[in-house]
Amino acid sequence: MGKFRKGGKRDMGAISTASLPDIVFMLLFFFMVATVLRTEEEKVRVIRPEASELYRIEKKHLIRYVNIGPPMDRRYGTEPVVQLNDQFSSSTAVQDWIAKERLTLAEAEQSKMWVSLKVDQDTKMGVVTEVKQELRKASALKVLYSASSRKRTGEE
Amino acid sequence: MARRELQEINAGSMADIAFLLLIFWLVTTTIDSDEGIKRQLPPPVPPDIDVPQAKEQNVFNVKVNFLDQLLVEGEPLDLDQLKDKAKNFLIATGDGVMSHQLGSKTIGRNREVEMVTGSNGKTNASFPERLWVRKAEVKQRIAEYEQFVAAADTDKKKDAFGKVLDSWREKLRTIELLGGDYKELPPSALISMQNDNNTTYNTYLQVQNELQSAVNELRDEMSLEKFGMTYGQMEDAYDRNTEDTKMLEKITAVRSVYPQRISEAEPRDASANYY
Repeated sequence: MGKFRKGGKRDMGAISTASLPDIVFMLLFFFMVATVLRTEEEKVRVIRPEASELYRIEKKHLIRYVNIGPPMDRRYGTEPVVQLNDQFSSSTAVQDWIAKERLTLAEAEQSKMWVSLKVDQDTKMGVVTEVKQELRKASALKVLYSASSRKRTGEE
Repeated sequence: MARRELQEINAGSMADIAFLLLIFWLVTTTIDSDEGIKRQLPPPVPPDIDVPQAKEQNVFNVKVNFLDQLLVEGEPLDLDQLKDKAKNFLIATGDGVMSHQLGSKTIGRNREVEMVTGSNGKTNASFPERLWVRKAEVKQRIAEYEQFVAAADTDKKKDAFGKVLDSWREKLRTIELLGGDYKELPPSALISMQNDNNTTYNTYLQVQNELQSAVNELRDEMSLEKFGMTYGQMEDAYDRNTEDTKMLEKITAVRSVYPQRISEAEPRDASANYY
């Protein structure tokens, strides 16, 4: 076919490497985004209340999330439900779930586990109290009531 | 067709494309911030154990009913007044003086406080009585317990005495850091919150927030005065460097003057709480 010429008389123009850094950056960004923001699918609608006395947990891998709120999908009703990991659950399953999640942490860090309660602001306390009682029984006592930030009352 | 010279592709726009992508990601993804109010739940209580009741005046009762209304110390109250009320509770000294001496300074002298005269004739009888922690006494206690530890014959006793000794030493460090004797809240003093099953979560969290805010503001006030930074900044600094024992001592000093004792009452049957 004569496509491959031997003993080329013309030298090929050197491939520009100017775009190489960009490509690497793109890859970098991709991995950053793909790893940090991998969160579980939200099945319940949570509008977090606002609060001023917030605490930020630095070691994110120690946090486990309990979401409570009305289901996103109206077909499942409008009453608030508990979401553990990726699925609907109930407060009675919390103890087992905690036990399982503990095992995913290194032994030295198991006692440092945080449970972040992401609760919709219109939820009635009944469900939340049930979950809290289960957490106590499971000895998961470090709790974070998730909230978005606002100014202190009385401050301009 | 004539074979043309291979042209170099212009890569100048590559950076733009990368930036475009980056901006796209930034806009479309929401970063979950893990912020919130932290709380330590009490360990489960066996059902057959009676929890000892603290003295009435040592407990700051906050109840929230099913209509999200507040009952604070037996009186209805608006949410935005809760913080001041809680602060009063924390700085009260029981004998009517709503301030306490820290070294040469008096903290909280000019607060507006509603005085209540109790049946025993004391003003502010409804507040807990802060007790003096005096340097001479603390030193004496430390000497006593040092002897106890030295004389203890079993490891168990040694540990127990050692713990008490440590707590007295902590108090001595606090006095030194604050530059003078201070008054501490009685051990049973606490802020107790009780809610109904039909309270909305938002109200519950706002109440928690206000109570926490009361403690934090008092702590900030004191640590700014004494150490030149807010309590939150001190905690952050310690979180970053847990080797910093000086910082820890400062934090402990502030904590011992304004301990955080916000507890939640055991949930009760909702029908019992309809007041």
